[in-house]
Amino acid sequence: MTDLLVDRPTDGGPLRRPLGTRPPRWGERAVKALLFLCAMLSVATTFGIVVALLQPTVEFFGSVDPIDFFTGREWAPLFAPPRFGVLPLVTATIVVTVCALAVCMPLGLGAAIYLSEYASRRARSILKPTLEVLAGIPTVVYGFFALTFVTPQLQKIWFGNDPPEIFNALSAGLVMGIMILPTVASLAEDAMAAVPDSLRAGALALGSSRLQVSTRVVVPAALSGIVAAFVLAISRAIGETMIVLIAAGGTPNLTFDPTEAMQTMTAFIAAAGFGDQPTGSIGYKTIFAVGATLFVATFAMNLLSIRLVRKYREVYE
Amino acid sequence: MTAPYEPVPVSVLGRPRRGVRTRNSAFKMVLLGCVSTGVVALAVLLAYVVTEGAPRLNLDLIQRFPSSLPGRAGARSAVFGTIWVIGLTAFFCLPVGLGAAVYLEEFADTNRWWNRLIEVNIQNLAAVPSIVYGILGLGFLVRGPGGLGPTVLAAALTLSLLVFPIVVIASREAIRAVPSSIRLGALALGATPWQAVRTQILPAAVPGIATGSILALSRAIGEAAPLLLVGGITFITFNPRGLDSAFTVLPIQIFNWVSRPQAEFKVLAAAASVVLVAILLAMNSVAIWLRNRYQRKW
Repeated sequence: MTDLLVDRPTDGGPLRRPLGTRPPRWGERAVKALLFLCAMLSVATTFGIVVALLQPTVEFFGSVDPIDFFTGREWAPLFAPPRFGVLPLVTATIVVTVCALAVCMPLGLGAAIYLSEYASRRARSILKPTLEVLAGIPTVVYGFFALTFVTPQLQKIWFGNDPPEIFNALSAGLVMGIMILPTVASLAEDAMAAVPDSLRAGALALGSSRLQVSTRVVVPAALSGIVAAFVLAISRAIGETMIVLIAAGGTPNLTFDPTEAMQTMTAFIAAAGFGDQPTGSIGYKTIFAVGATLFVATFAMNLLSIRLVRKYREVYE
Repeated sequence: MTAPYEPVPVSVLGRPRRGVRTRNSAFKMVLLGCVSTGVVALAVLLAYVVTEGAPRLNLDLIQRFPSSLPGRAGARSAVFGTIWVIGLTAFFCLPVGLGAAVYLEEFADTNRWWNRLIEVNIQNLAAVPSIVYGILGLGFLVRGPGGLGPTVLAAALTLSLLVFPIVVIASREAIRAVPSSIRLGALALGATPWQAVRTQILPAAVPGIATGSILALSRAIGEAAPLLLVGGITFITFNPRGLDSAFTVLPIQIFNWVSRPQAEFKVLAAAASVVLVAILLAMNSVAIWLRNRYQRKW
């Protein structure tokens, strides 16, 4: 074990032997080991999540056919006879996620372009923290807002003949989109800030307008970072619990109509969790099986997003 | 850059043509609209919650215990539960998170695969849905090997794991902002790496670390989903008395009130939401103030 900073010059030169022999510094080593253990807690957490999910999930699939689970069209784990088709929960998650993305992708991207390319320094210093507040509002409060404010408003202004139900995926998704907006805006803006000014200057010198600089130079150059922001938004939308639990309802419903009530994967986990299932029962294990499905989906999204962010960092930094 | 770059036709020198100007200003208006939608949504949300909750926004709200009669109900046990759970969460996760950040910034050799693994892993954990931490808490801490039951301790440990990656990421940024000349100066004068960290780098990074920690804890205060799995929405009419006490917290109390049919409970939910949002805004303001007041520009 070599001490990086003492033995090796930071400019990457050859290893130097310390002058004379040093007595081993046990205290230093103990501190370093302790700090390493702190960092390893993160690995232990991931390991713990995987183990916590895996064992009950394996047991669950011992009694329920995985093909039935992933293709079944009916979800009623506590009925007699129980039905374990996860599709209604998955479609509900997709419907809510699409509603949220329809809000947060265009608005987040627009806000990012504005903050990065148009806003004065003063406007930025006010707008950015204000948007950050939006990200800090607790999700229960968003859920309450969706259920008691947004849904009645939607019902009032609805022009079709089929107004949204009291619980519906639409208002949950819209409010969730507002919640995720600052995340998308701030990540996309980071990516645009990493685009070198020489590209902008070059385009302007060739006679481009600001609109052309933004849409044809900055956005394409920052594309991997913007996509990373979108991917992270998808992951956030899939994993969000309280808004859908409060505003989207608690009945599994295989439909793509966002005005109907439906139960997402996260809402099912939460509802089954506080329903006090006895340990080891099939109802208890469904929590983990659905949780594992959710974890795998978001995990893949997150890794993809981290990859994409790396990519633009490598290009410009 | 891999993206195709379309050469822009050189326009006539002087003012751009009319069509270009209109399109430009229209585009700017659209962008401004995107930002304002966010700001307006925030304003509407805050105004709505405050006006809805106004009738019950008084000291009774935090002095009375929950009750099945909406007229007599309050959130006292939830306020005390939040203080207990968040206090313990800070106690558990801040030292460990700071330790991990110091390791990754000052001691880790990033060429080693395990250090890179830790780094990617922390980034990934920060984006794992909070309900998954609830499942972890339920499977390991409440039932299973931990066997703590739905207690204050189980809740605090679950939230500690949840905000741990956020604390690490924020602390790393604060440590990275300390210029390396300070570190090298200390080492050149004969300090050991740990002495350099303890006496020079950490003191210089304290404002940034404090800011990040406050923001991480404010995330924990608003979190309801994992605690639904850990503690349930049981009816708690007493303050926590210790680590093994059952508990409720403000977000769960709000959820409880929202899910009841009577309109009076919705008013209570709005009032409690105002309290919760006020606490969070206060914490955010303190964090921003700390950053502006104490953070040095090197």
